[in-house]
Amino acid sequence: MNKPANALKERRQINSNTLLLLITIALFIVMYVVGCIIYSSKGFTHLQTFLNILINNAGLLCVACGMTCVMLTGGIDISVGALISLDCMILAQGMSEWGLSTIPLCILVLVIGVVFGMFQGFCVGYLEIQPFIVSMAGMFFCRGMTAVISTNQVSVPADSLFYKWANFKIELPFGGYYNKKGILQVPYIRVSVVIALIVLLVVFLLLRYTKFGRSLYAVGGSEQSAAMMGLNVKNTKMKAYMLSSFLCSIGGICYCLNTMSGSVSQATGLEMDAIASSVIGGTLLTGGVGNVIGSFFGVLINGTISSLVKTNGKLLSSWANIATAALLCFFIVLQSIFAVLKDRKK
Amino acid sequence: MEHSVVLTMRGISMTFPGVKALDNVDLTLYKGEIHALMGENGAGKSTLIKCLTGINNFEAGEIHLEGIDGPIRNHSTLDAQKKGISTVYQEVNLCPNLSVAENLYIGREPLTKFHTIDRKAMVAGAKRIMADLDFDIDVTQNLENYSLALQQMIAIARAVDMDCKVLILDEPTSSLDDNEVEKLFTLMRKLRDQGVSIVFVTHFLEQVYAVCDRITVLRNGQLVGEYPIAELPRVKLVAAMMGKDFDDLAAIKPEGEVDLSGAEMMIDAKGLSHKGTIKPFDLEIRKGEVVGLTGLLGSGRSELARAIYGADKAQTGTLKVKGQEVKINAPIDAMNQGMGLLPDDRKAEGIIADLSVRENIILALQAKRGMGHLLSHAEQEELADKYIEMLQIKTASKETLIKQLSGGNQQKVILARWLATDPDFLILDEPTRGIDVGTKTEIQKLVIQLAQEGKSLIFISSEVEEMLRTCNRLAVLRDGEKVGELDGELTQERVMAAIAGGGDSE
Repeated sequence: MNKPANALKERRQINSNTLLLLITIALFIVMYVVGCIIYSSKGFTHLQTFLNILINNAGLLCVACGMTCVMLTGGIDISVGALISLDCMILAQGMSEWGLSTIPLCILVLVIGVVFGMFQGFCVGYLEIQPFIVSMAGMFFCRGMTAVISTNQVSVPADSLFYKWANFKIELPFGGYYNKKGILQVPYIRVSVVIALIVLLVVFLLLRYTKFGRSLYAVGGSEQSAAMMGLNVKNTKMKAYMLSSFLCSIGGICYCLNTMSGSVSQATGLEMDAIASSVIGGTLLTGGVGNVIGSFFGVLINGTISSLVKTNGKLLSSWANIATAALLCFFIVLQSIFAVLKDRKK
Repeated sequence: MEHSVVLTMRGISMTFPGVKALDNVDLTLYKGEIHALMGENGAGKSTLIKCLTGINNFEAGEIHLEGIDGPIRNHSTLDAQKKGISTVYQEVNLCPNLSVAENLYIGREPLTKFHTIDRKAMVAGAKRIMADLDFDIDVTQNLENYSLALQQMIAIARAVDMDCKVLILDEPTSSLDDNEVEKLFTLMRKLRDQGVSIVFVTHFLEQVYAVCDRITVLRNGQLVGEYPIAELPRVKLVAAMMGKDFDDLAAIKPEGEVDLSGAEMMIDAKGLSHKGTIKPFDLEIRKGEVVGLTGLLGSGRSELARAIYGADKAQTGTLKVKGQEVKINAPIDAMNQGMGLLPDDRKAEGIIADLSVRENIILALQAKRGMGHLLSHAEQEELADKYIEMLQIKTASKETLIKQLSGGNQQKVILARWLATDPDFLILDEPTRGIDVGTKTEIQKLVIQLAQEGKSLIFISSEVEEMLRTCNRLAVLRDGEKVGELDGELTQERVMAAIAGGGDSE
């Protein structure tokens, strides 16, 4: 009786998705080490260079976490860049013109994110409209609203609590060094980095240990099956977009902490950076595969590229885009090869 | 074996627009039995199952389930699942990107006190479920890493673990190989012994006799009967499914024998196969010969033809056309060798509804010549006129849209399409299905006429009489395998016995 059953035992194999994640991590390390070797004289080896990548990309990291959740369901949300510019504008204009204080404004921004996401999610989940179309409409709406509030570049006033947050340095107790003048340089991070890392951790746990998180994977794996197994597909999708816009609004606050201003042209193309980070991190556009750890490394790779280009000083900053394009290509081809190999095995 | 009744369906009737899909059908299911639901396509098997699982809303009749007072009516598959009726389909309804454990538990995961998923408990539970069914697999691996057969068994395991009383297996074996089928049967028998009642829908005869206890046969939406397996030998089952009363089968006299053994070999297939649809077969067809493919629906008739034609690329074997070995990768290669295939699904694969009769006729010829050599309008009209005349296609004009024609005339247009390419070898898959008797006869005559002109044909039909009238030789298929050939004196009884196969022909 046991014999035929044992014969069914299949060989254990390295999960190709895990392999993709490992490749991403390895690529980041290689890239960073190469940067350290080439630009050691320009200070690339200092811990602060790495921390600056985190600081510069804290907003993007939050957005990428949300984007990963949406992409897991097989959807996409291209409204995030515009939503960030709207968030920044509300924060800046609110403090400088409307006379509102920081905390109520942050809450307002988060509420707007949730409501906006709920509407997008309703259209995608319940009305079954293409996510690309829905979030494109959302994108136009947010950009438009930003311009309606103000077409100027509005700065966050220096007397606000927000300004204090933005300039607050969290110094790390290690990694300090003395510069040429003999002054101790203590490495530091900003508030935005702490927020982003908390978001990362929470989303990681959410995806792995909650029913909602697993439903995202199930819906992305096979919508029909998920429905047959008794999951509420429509509701899951709606929540995914709500989560994305909510995390995007947190990202908007982080982003504003860096730029300290709001303008219509802010964060253009950020949605594409977020998608690129997720894809480089191993999230499949078809849904069902990926996790935020990968997206985290995707963001780091993105940041490292621009940091390398900046450190070089002579290269046009557009080279960063070309490098990202090459990497995207590399990872998409890699994913396809794995998919083909998997099919072959069957 | 005295068992209690688990499920009864009484007098189920259901109408689709214009068709009585089910007419007063009964089904009784006992505790701990494997019950086969048999019938040709269109007999109402799936419709009956869908009435049970809440996908179809039946008009009349009652369903009673053990432990529930009064008649039940399900409104969705979920509804049915909650009452203990689970269905496992041929295509697995699980998520390939999740682990086996998650697939077993999704939607009902064990939770920790923080309301998060208790992954340890889930994996342990999954191991226990699989071990109960004698499967020793790594439940933390993704589902996609396992074979389709195992995925199906995992789907069954999920259903069983959700307290299912009635398990419906809808064509579960269609994409499994023999070995996998045997494993599935082992599991089915085990579940039966645990008291689960299984409804097994299949059209593989061998499999029915291998695992089932009782059979319910449907035909044209009506109940033919319910039989214990021992009282229904294969031949009688085939007769019941096909609707031929075995006793008064009138033998039809075959046409005068023509000796074709000296004729040129047109098609010589050796060991052709396509994984999952047709096992390796040999087939020889001479010039001027009509070879019929017979067998139940799903026995591999169309699949054999598709393998020759390249519609399903043959994975093994060699094919010689007129003595030359050829490589056929796609239908266009077959067309260039002078082959044509008239597909069985006229609506989906044959006609292009919004094009005119003329355009439908010239389609294959144009494709064969390539887009570089467009047929002139005059040539097109000439061809259209010729075939409308020759096949007596009843159409207002050659510019009439084909969708306005009757089924029989549509079929003639498609036939004309292939005749226009002047093929040496033509495959006709169910050319007479759903058309009136007069047109049927015309098509049969045409087949004989084409053969006399020296063309070779494969003729596929569910109607045995028709095959007897038109074919020189019959190839018999069963369960995706060519099991033999019949020539000489062809009679209905011989054909039926051959289709049924097995040792117990009476």
